[in-house]
Amino acid sequence: MRFVSFFVDGKNRIAPEPLAPRHHHSISTSFYNLHNVDPPPLNEGYSFNTTLQAELAGKLLLLDELSLSLNEVHDHYDHGYIRYNKGIDNEQGKWKCNRCGNNEPRLFASFSCYRCKEMQCVYCRNCIMMGRVSQCTPLVSWIGPSLNWKDRNCESVWEGMLSSAQENASLRLEEKIGVKDELLIWAVCGAGKTEVLFQGIEKALKTGQRVCIATPRTDVVLELLPRLRKVFPGVTLSGLYGGSMDHMDGAQLILSTTHQLFRFRKAFDLIIVDEVDAFPFSYDKTLAYAVQQAQKAEALIVYLSATPDRKMKQRAEDGKLPSVKIPKRYHGFPLPVPHFLWCGHWKKKLKKNKLPGNVMNWINHQLERNRQGFLFVPSVRTLEQIVPLLKEMNPLIEGVHAEDPDRKEKVIRFRNGETPILVTTTILERGVTVPFTDVAVLGTEEEIFTESALVQIAGRAGRSKDDPAGEVLFYHYGKTTAMVQAKRHIEQMNREAGL
Amino acid sequence: MNYCLYCHEAFYEPVSWRFITRLSEAMPFCDDCSSSFEAINGEFCGICGRSFTLFPEQYRQKHCCTDCIRWEEGKEWSGVLTKNRSLYVYNDFLKQIISMLKYRGDAELIQGFRAPFRKLYKQEFRGMLIVPVPLSVERHYERGFNQAQLLAELLGDEIIVPIERIIHEKKQSKKSRKERLDIKENIFQASKEAEKIKGKSVLLIDDVYTTGATIRQAAKVMLEAGALEVSSMTVGR
Ligand SMILES: [Zn+2]
Ligand SMILES: [Zn+2]
Ligand SMILES: [Zn+2]
Ligand SMILES: [Zn+2]
Repeated sequence: MRFVSFFVDGKNRIAPEPLAPRHHHSISTSFYNLHNVDPPPLNEGYSFNTTLQAELAGKLLLLDELSLSLNEVHDHYDHGYIRYNKGIDNEQGKWKCNRCGNNEPRLFASFSCYRCKEMQCVYCRNCIMMGRVSQCTPLVSWIGPSLNWKDRNCESVWEGMLSSAQENASLRLEEKIGVKDELLIWAVCGAGKTEVLFQGIEKALKTGQRVCIATPRTDVVLELLPRLRKVFPGVTLSGLYGGSMDHMDGAQLILSTTHQLFRFRKAFDLIIVDEVDAFPFSYDKTLAYAVQQAQKAEALIVYLSATPDRKMKQRAEDGKLPSVKIPKRYHGFPLPVPHFLWCGHWKKKLKKNKLPGNVMNWINHQLERNRQGFLFVPSVRTLEQIVPLLKEMNPLIEGVHAEDPDRKEKVIRFRNGETPILVTTTILERGVTVPFTDVAVLGTEEEIFTESALVQIAGRAGRSKDDPAGEVLFYHYGKTTAMVQAKRHIEQMNREAGL
Repeated sequence: MNYCLYCHEAFYEPVSWRFITRLSEAMPFCDDCSSSFEAINGEFCGICGRSFTLFPEQYRQKHCCTDCIRWEEGKEWSGVLTKNRSLYVYNDFLKQIISMLKYRGDAELIQGFRAPFRKLYKQEFRGMLIVPVPLSVERHYERGFNQAQLLAELLGDEIIVPIERIIHEKKQSKKSRKERLDIKENIFQASKEAEKIKGKSVLLIDDVYTTGATIRQAAKVMLEAGALEVSSMTVGR
């Protein structure tokens, strides 16, 4: 939008065009063209709006994302409670988005803008799903008094038991709370890593810290949210994911997809990054930027992973990254070792609306003995080809992928045991727990199935102490290194656990 | 290596691309996305340009779809729109792209239509006066741009704006079918530039032709302002 800049008592001030003071004759210009956007000093006597404080403290938001009118928001600038920041910057001739950190030239574009009247208003295409940030878009931040949760009861009411390996990790975390450091918690799938966090989180909350658990997947947010609500009934808790309606603004404990972290700035004293190696987290460097921006200067960053990548493993082994391992699954059974099964040119078969024979046999077998199964496929397109074929075998079979609007309901139906086979792209590979489940992967040779993804997928089987014998089948059209390494990885983990 | 304008996946352009299009432009969408567009070719409605493939017999009479027959029946709307031509079937994929463009504001996606849109213009409408369907001031400010104008700019010829939108956009889907056909008050009026269309053939540009009501209302105002005839061209139908 356009702003005017003018002088009050010899000091530079700015105002959005519609709120420009009438007696100052000043020309409107794109927000980007302003030289000095600093707000006046904080007026301590000003009675600020606590709604605005709750929704803006520790964040960086578009004006459209605030519930107050432009007039009310700008009044806080005039009293030194908010700051307008540039959305798009230019660093040595390169564009940079100040919300998502993107500086890839191909992810910027421009348009002739009706808001600022510039012929070329540059905007970021990388974070456009969160509302467009363009050159003339100010990002608003809170510089008034910080939030506090002093009167809250932060007691954890969790009564479960930790295994000795879990206990060890839990203590390590607890002693790090309040220290500016990093910690890697290296836990096998099914090791019960969530419980390991409770004591540390409790300590952080009790000392008035703001805590965030960030995970790459919406499903994990949905599954963890009710658990955390039970464990910390007195704490203000908010769950954030793309399209979530939860606007528990100013919550002390935040459970968020990594993408939603883009909206936070210097907000958290403790950030727990779940599945740190997961696509898209390790893939997208702007998400690493999001974590960095969301933390306070003195923050403790905890990485949770079953399969840390090579770099992180190296740092841990060299002692540069404090780490603690939880090798054993909580029920003390080994991880299922995957079987490799050649299934021929399955893509060609699918084009003729046919499934490879051995995959069909597996489905039939599951249906006959009433065991649920996940069938992982490499792409949404494959999913769409396969689901109608399987529905002919059993109409209750369903497919689900990341953009599926009914995803939540489908996952719940599967968890309730109503769906015999759930066909899915990799989105459910992490965090969602369903006992008595077998796992098959079709097209395991595809690039998307990395070592880490396959280890996670294998970890979906046999996730209950009543059913430690889950089966894992990798159907493939040519063995890949990733497959071999995944198998080796699982065997190694079982050895380390003494199984 | 190219990056898909929509899904951002990296891909290699097939050798045939530049040959087919005879253009020096890079292929905008990856193979997967490209194959999700359903180009309108073969048989289509002579008035609204709707594809007749995948269209039940009972909804057409000869070269005309039943929607258009209904428009042409009434005195008020008969002959208002000479013809509409569109690039693609307005399928779920195109809906996603258009909503990304309009509601998320990713203006760059327009570039993905450049080559086919220009080609259709040259084939069917060359020499006509180009008029983008305007947005209301409020909507235009909210969006930051008018997608119809961006599309019109792709054509490389002069653009004029002889009409303006005076009634704020409502969601078309919320209106009943009868309401759409039974228009009382025109949502457009002539603007200062209306003089320029006197005695001329006019080509309206919009992103999609859905019910045809918006385009016909715009056409009517222009005919009243002295335009010789009005056609339209859109990306989706
Ligand atoms: Zn961005
Ligand atoms: Zn602008
Ligand atoms: Zn694509
Ligand atoms: Zn028609």
